[in-house]
Formats: sequence, C-alpha cells, structure tokens
Amino acid sequence: MTITDYAPILIFILIALALGVIMLVAGSILSPKAPSDEKSAAYECGFPAFEDARLPFDVRFYLVSILFILFDLETAFFFPWALVLRKLGTFGFMAMMLFLLLLIIGFVYEWNQGALEWE
Amino acid sequence: MVQGSIKPFWVILEVLAVVVPMLLVVAYLLLAERKVIGYIQVRIGPNRVGWFGLLQPIADLVKLITKEIVVPKKSNRYLFVVAPLLTLVPAFAGFAVIPFTENFVIANINAGVLFGFAMSSLGVYGVLIAGWASNSKYAMFGSLRSAAQTVSYEIAMGFALVGVLIAAGSMNLSAIVLSQHGGILHWWFIPLLPLFFIFWIAGVAETNRAPFDLAEGESEIVAGFHVEYSGITFAIFFLAEYISMILISALLTTFFLGGWLSPFEGIPLLQEWFKFVPGFVWFCIKVCWFLYVYIWIRATFPRYRYDQLMRLGWKVLIPVSIVWVFVAALMVILHVKPWF
Repeated sequence: MTITDYAPILIFILIALALGVIMLVAGSILSPKAPSDEKSAAYECGFPAFEDARLPFDVRFYLVSILFILFDLETAFFFPWALVLRKLGTFGFMAMMLFLLLLIIGFVYEWNQGALEWE
Repeated sequence: MVQGSIKPFWVILEVLAVVVPMLLVVAYLLLAERKVIGYIQVRIGPNRVGWFGLLQPIADLVKLITKEIVVPKKSNRYLFVVAPLLTLVPAFAGFAVIPFTENFVIANINAGVLFGFAMSSLGVYGVLIAGWASNSKYAMFGSLRSAAQTVSYEIAMGFALVGVLIAAGSMNLSAIVLSQHGGILHWWFIPLLPLFFIFWIAGVAETNRAPFDLAEGESEIVAGFHVEYSGITFAIFFLAEYISMILISALLTTFFLGGWLSPFEGIPLLQEWFKFVPGFVWFCIKVCWFLYVYIWIRATFPRYRYDQLMRLGWKVLIPVSIVWVFVAALMVILHVKPWF
C-alpha cells in the first residue's frame, strides 16, 4: 500500500465537488432573479424577525460536545487495539479492559451528575 | 486499481461510473420513497408524470433548477452557498472505499473503515454552517440540534465499528467482506447483532432521517437548517441527504451483511442454482433492503422528542455497545465457534 492508493479518493472528491458546482451554476443561470426586501427577510412564521438569530445557546450543547471529544478519543484508542487483538492475546485484552473500566467510571460519574439529562 | 501506479484517465472513468448512476439511483429513490409511503398509507403516490410516475423526479429537478435562489439579506452569502456543497461532497466521497464487487473498488485503501466513518460524519458541518449562515432563528435551532445529535450517535457508531474490527481483524473493506465468507451464518450480523442494530439506528440518526429528523422538524421549527434555502441550493441538500442514506446502507451491507457475498454460499443445491448471479446484484439487493427499511421507518414512527433522543443515544446505545465490544473481544479471545 502506498500513498497513490489514496489518489482516486482525491479525484472522487474533486469530481463530486465539480458536480455540485455545476448544479449551482446551472441553477443560477436558469433561475429567475427578482429580489425584493420582503422576500429576502428571514422566515419567522410571517412575523418580522425580532433580533439577530445568533443568540447565546443552552450550555448543555457545549457539555455534550465536550463529552463527545472525550469519548471519540477513547474510540480512537480502541481502533488499533481491535485490529491486533488476536496477536495481543489475553494480556492485551486485560489491559484494554482496564482502560475500559476507567472509561466506564467516568461515564457513570457524568451519568450521576446529570450531564446526560435533557428535561 | 493497479497497484503502485495510477492512471488518472481510468480512475476518472471509474469515478464517473459510480457518480452518474448514483444520481439516477437518488432520483428514483425519491420516487420510490413517495410511492412506498403512498402504498403504506393506502394511496398510490405520484402517477401522473410519465408511466407510473416514472418521470416525476425529472420534473422535480427541472422545477427546482428553474426556481429563484433567495439569499436572505442578513446571511453570510459565501457560507450560505458553500454549505450545500459541504454536505454533498462527503456523502459522495464515502463511496470511494465501498467494494461493489470483488474487483471493483475505486480506492482499495487499508484505512477504509476510518474513511467511510469520517465521511458519514462530516456531513454535519454542512448542516451546521447552513444553519448558522442563514441567520434565521429556526435554522440556527436546527443546526444546533443536528450537531448535538450527530455527536451523540457517533460514539455509539464508533463502538459498533470497533466490534466489526475485532471480528474482521482488518480495516480494509474488501477484507472485511472476505472475512464473512462461508454462507449467511458467517456474516457478522449474527455474532454482533446488538452492534448491527446500534450501527443501523445511529446511521438513521446520522442522516437526519425520521424518526430522528429533529434538525428539520417541519412541525416545530418549520424546516430547520434549510428554511432559507430555495431552488437548486435546496435540491443539493436533498440530494446529499439521499446519497448519505445510500452510503449508510452500503456501509451496513459491507460490515454486517457480507457485502457482495451470496447468501446461499455453502448450501448444497441453492449454491449451484444461484451461482450465475453476480456479486453486484447481491450487494444491490442488500442495499435496497436497507433503503426500503429507511422509508418504512419514516412511514411508521412519530418523531422523537429531544430529551428522548439524547436518552436513547447516551443511556441506551452507548452502554449496550460498550458491553458488546467487551463480549465480542471475549469471543475472539476464547475462539467461540463457528465465527472466531
């Protein structure tokens, strides 16, 4: 396996991008253009918008993102272990289960603290 | 793919051989969805344009492409136009690693699983940017919801993938398919059944489909992240959603249902009778089954409430997937027959 195996992916991405751009350009050429102030106002069920939409948001969204970063990192540690589990044998298995135990302690803690509640 | 040397022209042909049929498949998946939901609700679905409504998707496309593109006045114009592309490209790019048959993979890379996983989760950036760039309240809510939802279900999805890697021992998608050789009993969905369902549910959530379509919940936040989109920009979001549905179905097929392998392998008589069926046909049948279930689910279940969605993701799927990763590893260590 060499780096050239990844070249088709690059070509694929470029072609997909080109397709999207072609569709956008075709749309903008073929579509009518009749802008007006009313038409380009933000849609809030018929009422004029009260304020800017970029308001402060619920802190729980932030908390979920933080937890995600932790857990995603942990799955990243799991991937290489899963690939070579057969070679690692029982010792490798036990070592990872220790890691998993620490992960579960963290998970139980955040569950008890109510970080996963959304009522 | 010839090893070590790339022939750009040949690769471009291969890519076009995937991308162009994919557009047709999406067009007719749209029609199929409306038809199937129609029949589930005891009505006929589109049947006026063309024979049995077969030209309906073409008519829809022509309509969307000739509609005015409205850019809201307080939006970030550049990001507003780029966002649909950011959902379309990752959805398409995932197909670069899918083994359609034994010999047809566009990029037969070793880190295929990681790439497919990455592409299926990258789509959320387009949704986030679309919601933020529109500068509309409902669009913003939609994109926030979408971000938290994708993030929550991705962990369970990642653990499900760990299970597949434990079972298959490789990240190369062709190798994963080949590791399931030997008939339907050797497909990974049997030893990894809980992970199979977790990947499936997380895949439905990842593509923002019903019952997890909170990012675009029409009845509560009008249309969520794409309220402000019209004409072709809306069509691209639509296209991307359906392509990522097909991508998730193809990944499910590859990881759990034996990809292009025949289900009759190892069964004395049936194996001979179905020998003439090419692997690609089996692959398509399996993918179509998952796509059908997508539509079936949409026609059957009401939308989740947000706290229920989070509870399912964090308190059900993640614990179950962790437990089953442990069980799968234990099975490998103890060499549980007939799989390991």
